[in-house]
This record gives sequence, structure tokens and C-alpha cells, in this order.
Amino acid sequence: MSGHESTYEPTTAFGKWLDARLPIVRMVHAQAVDFPTPRNLNYWWTFGGILSFCLVAQIVTGIVLAMHYQPSAELAFDSVERIRRDVNFGWLLRNLHAVGASMFFLAAYIHIFRGLYYGSYKAPREVLWIIGVLIFLAMMATAFMGYSLPWGQMSLWGVTVITNLFSSLDSIWKGLGTTIVEWLWGGYSVSGVTLNRFYALHYLLPFVLAGLVGLHIWALHVVGQNSPTGLDIKTKSDSVPFTPYATSKDAVGMFAFLLLFCWFAFFLPDYLGHADNYIPANPLVTPPHIVPEWYFLPFYAILRAIPSKLGGVIAMFGAIAVLFFVPWLDTSKVRSTKYRPLYRWFFWLFAFSCLALGWLGSKPAEAEYVFWARVFTFYYFAHFLIVMPLVGWFETPLKVPGSITEAVLGKDKGAKLAPAKS
Amino acid sequence: MALDAEEPDRRDFLVLAAGAFAAVGGAMTLWPFIQQMNPDAGAQALASIEVELSPVKEGQAITVLWRGKPVFIRHRTPEEIKAATAVPMDALVDPLARNDALPEDTPATDLNRTKDGHENWIIMVGICTHLGCIPKGQSMGDSKGDFGGWFCPCHGSHYDTAGRIRKGPAPRNLEVPVYNFVSDTKIKIG
Repeated sequence: MSGHESTYEPTTAFGKWLDARLPIVRMVHAQAVDFPTPRNLNYWWTFGGILSFCLVAQIVTGIVLAMHYQPSAELAFDSVERIRRDVNFGWLLRNLHAVGASMFFLAAYIHIFRGLYYGSYKAPREVLWIIGVLIFLAMMATAFMGYSLPWGQMSLWGVTVITNLFSSLDSIWKGLGTTIVEWLWGGYSVSGVTLNRFYALHYLLPFVLAGLVGLHIWALHVVGQNSPTGLDIKTKSDSVPFTPYATSKDAVGMFAFLLLFCWFAFFLPDYLGHADNYIPANPLVTPPHIVPEWYFLPFYAILRAIPSKLGGVIAMFGAIAVLFFVPWLDTSKVRSTKYRPLYRWFFWLFAFSCLALGWLGSKPAEAEYVFWARVFTFYYFAHFLIVMPLVGWFETPLKVPGSITEAVLGKDKGAKLAPAKS
Repeated sequence: MALDAEEPDRRDFLVLAAGAFAAVGGAMTLWPFIQQMNPDAGAQALASIEVELSPVKEGQAITVLWRGKPVFIRHRTPEEIKAATAVPMDALVDPLARNDALPEDTPATDLNRTKDGHENWIIMVGICTHLGCIPKGQSMGDSKGDFGGWFCPCHGSHYDTAGRIRKGPAPRNLEVPVYNFVSDTKIKIG
């Protein structure tokens, strides 16, 4: 992978014996130690490692929570309360898991926006990007099913609203949507049967995620990392070995992130959730104001911005589907937005639109909120479908440095270190 | 690739037959894994319930649970009935009655959404046709929306006194389930 040699040389007799049979240590050494990393990576590049940590943390805390949780309509709510109050350290494990979901999404959004800013989706990283979007989808499905498990009012009604999205298919083919929804529910409404299957899938999906993450890292190690300049590694002086350079930088980023994580887990464990989820699920009463978790709010705002049921559903799924095509929608030859003076404005406008949609998604679907949700929904799609293709066409990019070394050390020094031999 | 077309031989037949066998076998094996998720006989058996209506006075409403879904039963006042019958058909968002006991293309008149001789009772599945919330309007203090019927707070759908969608994102009128008056004060739903 990535055309670099492993410097691993087994020293012990056992090491040599294993290396001749299963060169696993050699592979890990090549990918986690020798792997050439651009020397100019900034802290936005530490979120890949942080996300791997998040996945492992969710799986570990999730497995132990599963030892105490009861996936039935009668027992689920009380078993979660029992975990919080009675189970030894249950309060900690449950808070780490619930806050961990939010932190996972926070890191994922930063990671996605970093990729968008520095053009990490462009050739030859299209497949890497697409696997990333699949990871994002699997994360959303996992989080959605996980949120149903405490079986509070928001759990029940969140599941009801989201599964009912499929009933919009009734307007395409009569009965199709209802058939799908009843199949998902295992009944004529969301019930304990639904909860039980969501629990099974919530346990399964993280392992699917782990598989996708493996592919994501594999694809990354084939094409190599992008960098803030958008330039690839050309000479040896452009790169540093992954260990100790990237690993130690990742560790610094990780500790900063863990401070935030622990701040929420220990001091504000319920801040990111909704108070109504501490009311046991009641199929006869809808909460006055159903809102999803914060990380789904922009998509929820898009759903509600469209005044037709099917249209809203199409727009919401389209908002994610459009990401798959980003590598081909962006026509600019320059990767990094750092060298794209015009596109930079549109990038920040897009980031602002996403934040604004998130805020609007938390508000009731009333007059002026709906108006602004429509404005930002329009820009969300326009950014991908109009701005990305056109700006790449018009824009005169700034001068891109000749190499990563030149970008870091300046032209003269860079030329000295990286002679034009390559 | 063979350039000259050959006669199909025994091997071609075997490959096709084996492939077809594997495809059919695969689909048949998959079916139980899909079908297990559908509502089972136990869920389907909870199909009908009887409800005594005599305690519900004019202007009052009750909600009963049928197949895990809330069913709205409202004893309408003469004013509410009048308001519902006075609505011209072209003012309706959804022109169809959505009454499971009547043919699909029945127009959504007030009469087609109630039972002949029992127009004071409106009986509907209390699930918003938008995304499945329970509309407000059953209790005294509830907001009944702009048309005096029901109001769904989730995404702002307004229903009139016959449970027809008048304003908001919901695409259809509230569903009227199959029910019968077993006596003057008792109904059987389902």
C-alpha cells in the first residue's frame, strides 16, 4: 500500500517464525509506524484518530450497558433508570455512552467539513470519500435506533415520526409505504416489538461501522493523506513517518477532545438530550414539540421546509445522497480552499447554512422559521448543485506552492531540502 | 468468446438450471427472514373492540386504543355538524372520504365520514396522516386548530370537525376505521 517499504525486521526467533507465516506485525508496522504522513498536517487532521476512538468507546460502553438493559416496552425505561441509579458505575457508563454519541457526531461533522474545505474528496480519493458517506449513514441509523432504547416519550415519538417517513411512498404506489412501515414496526403502531428489533440492530450496526472504517482506512492508506495545501507527497522531505509524528499530534488532539467529552459526561450529561425522554413512552400522548437529537436537526429542518410530505422526505434523503456526488460536482482543479479565494466565501456560507438549519430544526414549524428553513435548504442544495460546478469553472485560484516542503519552509529553503531530482 | 454460434449443449443446460435453482432456493431461504418482521397473528387478532358510547355526552370526546392506535370518538354538537356539512367540496385538501367501509373514490362529505342516522358521532383513527403524531383536540383545554376540529402540534396540521385536513403538511383526511353500531349506544370497531 502507498508504495512505501516496511522497515520492520523481526529480531526474535518467534518474530521471524510468525513473519514467515502471517506478516501481521509487518503490516501494522508499515501502516501505523512507517506510513508517510504529510509534514504540514494541522490539528483538523487529528479527528480521524478521534473518531476511531469514539467508535471503540461506544462499542465498549455499549456492550456493558447491554448486560443490564431490557429491550421490552414494559421494562426498558425502568432498566435504564436502574442502570443510572443502581448498577455499579452505571451512571458513568450510561453517560459516557449517551454523551459519546453526541461527541461522535461532533467529531464526524468536523471531519466532514475538514474534508470539504481541503478538497479531500477529489481524485484519487473519491472512493475514500464515498465510504465516508456510507459511514455517516450507518452512524445515523445506529444513533437513531439507540435513541429509541430508553423508551421515553422522545424515543417513541421520534421513532414514530421517522419510520412514518416511509409511508410517504403510498403516494407513489398505493399501499407500498404502509406495507414497509408495518414491516418495520412488526405491528400497526410502534410497540415493544419494534423496540426489540431496534435493539438487535443497534447492537449489530456498530460492527458494520467497524468494517466500513476498516475499508475507509485501507482506502486512505492506498492513496495517501491529503494535506492543508491539497498537495500530495512528492519527495521524502514532504513527509514524516506516522509514528511518532502523527501519533503524537493525534494524541494531543485526542486529549483536548477528551476534556470536552468528560466535561459533558461528568457535568452536563443530559444537556444534549431532551427532558421529555425522562417521561415513559405513552402511545396516547404526543409531546407538544417533537425534536430529534441535535445532530439530526439540520436534516429535520430540511424535511419540514418542504410543504409536501413526499417532497420533504426526498429532500431530506437527498441532502445526504448529494454528498456521494461531491467528487464530481466540484470542477475546480485546485483541491484546497486555501487557494480558492472565491469558493472560500461560499464554503463559509454553506457552513453557516448548516448551522442555521440546525437552529431552525429545533424551533417549531411556524411562519418565519419555515421561511428561513426554505432559504437555507435552497442554499444547501445550491451549494452542491450550482456553486461547486460553476465556481470551479470561473474562479482564478491563487498560486499553489510547488510542494509541501515549499509551502512549509518557503521557496528557497524548500528548494534546498527537496532538490528537483524527483 | 466463441466466434461461431454453437448449439446449446448439456453443459449450458446444467449451468442455467443450477443457476435458476440457486436463485429460487436463495429467495425461498430469504423469505422467512423478511416475513418474520411482519405483524404476527397475535397482533392481527387484536383486530376488533367494542366501545360503550352512553357516557360520552354531547361536546365530549374519548380516545380508545385499537390495534395499538388511538381512536378518536367525538360526540359532536349540532354546531360542529353544521360547520362540517357547510364546507364546500372544493375547499378540501383531500377530496376523498378515507372511510374504510366505503369505496375508495367516495367524496369526503360529512355524511360519508359518519354513519347514517348517527351523524353526531365522528369516529376516526387519531393519527396525523403526516408523520403519525396524535393531534390535539380531544380534551377540553386542547387547541382545536383553525377549523374547530383537531390540531397536530408536531408540524402544524389543522383538521375540521369531520377530521378532514384543511391546512398544513398532512396529505390525507384522518382515517375512518370500519365500525358498526351494535346497539344505539355501542359500537364495534374493526
